[in-house]
Amino acid sequence: MIPFVERRSLWFAIPLVIIALGLGAFFIRGFVLGIDFTGGTILERGLPKAVTAQEIREVLAGTGMDLSSAVVQPLGDGREVLIRAHALSSEEIKLLDDALRQAYGEVQVRRTELVGPTIGEELVGQSLIAVLLGCLGVLAYVSVRFQPSQGVAAIIALIHDVLVTVSVFLLLGKEVNGSFIAALLTIIGYSINNTIVVFDRVRENLKFSPDRRDLVRLVNESIYQTLGRTINTSITTLIAVLALFLFGGTTIKDFTLALLVGLVAGTYSSVFIAGPLWTAWRLQKDKDLVAA
Amino acid sequence: MGRGRSVRLVAILVLLLVAGVALYTRPINLGLDLQGGIHVVLEAVETPELPLTEDAMNRALAVVDRRVNALGVTEPVLQRLGDRRIIVELPGIEDPEQAISVIGKTAVLEFKDPTGVTVLTGADLANAALGRDHMGRPAVDVEFTADGAKKFAAITTEWVGHQMPILLDNRVISSPVIQTPITEGKGQITGGFTIESASELVILLRAGSLPVPLEVVEIRNVGPILGKESIDRSLKAGIIGIIGVLLFMLAYYRLPGGVANIALVIYIVLMLAELALVRATLTLPGIAGFILSIGMAVDANVIIFERIKEEIAAGKRVRAAVQAGFSRALATVLDANITTLITALILFNFGTGPIKGFAVTLSLGIITSMFTAIVVTRVFLDMAIDRDPVGFSRYLGVREATK
Repeated sequence: MIPFVERRSLWFAIPLVIIALGLGAFFIRGFVLGIDFTGGTILERGLPKAVTAQEIREVLAGTGMDLSSAVVQPLGDGREVLIRAHALSSEEIKLLDDALRQAYGEVQVRRTELVGPTIGEELVGQSLIAVLLGCLGVLAYVSVRFQPSQGVAAIIALIHDVLVTVSVFLLLGKEVNGSFIAALLTIIGYSINNTIVVFDRVRENLKFSPDRRDLVRLVNESIYQTLGRTINTSITTLIAVLALFLFGGTTIKDFTLALLVGLVAGTYSSVFIAGPLWTAWRLQKDKDLVAA
Repeated sequence: MGRGRSVRLVAILVLLLVAGVALYTRPINLGLDLQGGIHVVLEAVETPELPLTEDAMNRALAVVDRRVNALGVTEPVLQRLGDRRIIVELPGIEDPEQAISVIGKTAVLEFKDPTGVTVLTGADLANAALGRDHMGRPAVDVEFTADGAKKFAAITTEWVGHQMPILLDNRVISSPVIQTPITEGKGQITGGFTIESASELVILLRAGSLPVPLEVVEIRNVGPILGKESIDRSLKAGIIGIIGVLLFMLAYYRLPGGVANIALVIYIVLMLAELALVRATLTLPGIAGFILSIGMAVDANVIIFERIKEEIAAGKRVRAAVQAGFSRALATVLDANITTLITALILFNFGTGPIKGFAVTLSLGIITSMFTAIVVTRVFLDMAIDRDPVGFSRYLGVREATK
């Protein structure tokens, strides 16, 4: 049997290393924030012929607007182009499109996104409040149906999932935007489900051996008994998300990547973090009781 | 036992029939990112002369509403967001840039003389209010500024008996006939008003006399081609994902896996029908969430099957093991799903637009999957056991201890 509880220092250390690396990346280069947070403009345009970034930059320079900080990126076979710029006005977007039309004739508007700078701050604030309240709700329910200490362990497992996913995005230099927040919320919903299944087995086994003398073994067995279920459910969910990641197109690639990372983190935390952490805490409490 | 099961079987079939009818008669709403269209957020700008009161926002809304209707888009959405913002959604619009410039500009009110020359503007109008004519019928009282009163006196003296068109954003909102010269800066528009139509004109006149400047703070525009590509790609990904999950369940759990697969297909049909019935708008992240939920929907089945395996391994006969497996797994499934439901409900209450939509999909998915994975699976599983009780346990990969 895998020593889930006994070797907990090792299991705790692995995600801590990832989070530490993520923290390093945060201090070195920070988040790559999407326009949902910073405000800005994203234009995706289809052109009748393949173009290079340089050609597009020359067209942009010809508009007379200050677009020197804009990022130009040809997509696919070069007949699509992605332009990222600061928050332009709708008139400026029109000017830009007119310039493209003048240079290339037909221009197909595939996507335009413009976010003013104030919107982003509100998005962060509202998401944070929603997540915090969500955690409190989970804590309350688990405290009633299980034990308050298990509620706390479940919340720590959730925080682990969020931190690991954020760290991986920091390390990969992937953009953090509104859909990333939605992915984090999805992960929280998924991961709590897994953790509860483990605690449910612990609760049931405690009923049959209430003396708790060998808590380490009991929790370890509980995790082991639910392992088949944890793995199989993770596999079916991963199959679904992997299909999205591979075939779902570029628009949601980063969203599904966040889901993939989060699913792995969520599965890991329900097996290696929640139960062992709760056990360690219980043992410490008992020791304190004996000492006192 | 047997009768109870046929009742359930019939109930499931009826439910599927209802779902089919619902899907047929009420197609699922596609979000702007899938069908193409623009989502614009306008923000009213506060100026020293014009504090942003409830009244000012209502005037701004009335103006935007008229403009949106003038664009001739089918099923436009106009929504107030918080204190000072207005969301406008225009599906399938041809020229987004033109639409944005039309709905985002500041309102212009003009009074024209019969030759079409603009003689007064919104700046000359001091106030408009609901009034009564001498017969007590609804009318609209207008009051001009000192400057406006002079101009108005001159015009009404010159054009008695003629119409004086009043235009908001270049569209005529009223065309009263000048009955007598109005020299003291106060007039009344009468004739055929109801309380409602008079109030509407008051709002429009006031909107033009105190125009609220609107600023475009957010635009999200997806062209119809990208929308179509997104639908095609996510459909392909969804089908591949579903086939993958079905194959895995069949390969790992064999016959019970096949039963779970029937339940999963029913889950997908029911979910689509529910989304159509609650008029949810399916967006790209929404589809992604739905496909994810397909992977999660078999979870209750996995919990139950693992439990049945344990019960058989512990010495129970197949029927007893299935019975115990279901009843013991039920508490687990309930606790696990209720915690997820709590997070979904909180997201619904405190989240904004897209997060709300996601919370709806998540909640429906949890409730529906509990039904399909527990009730539907049970009916078909019992049928399979009746047919071949011994073979059933072999399919699960464990053998009955007492034979």
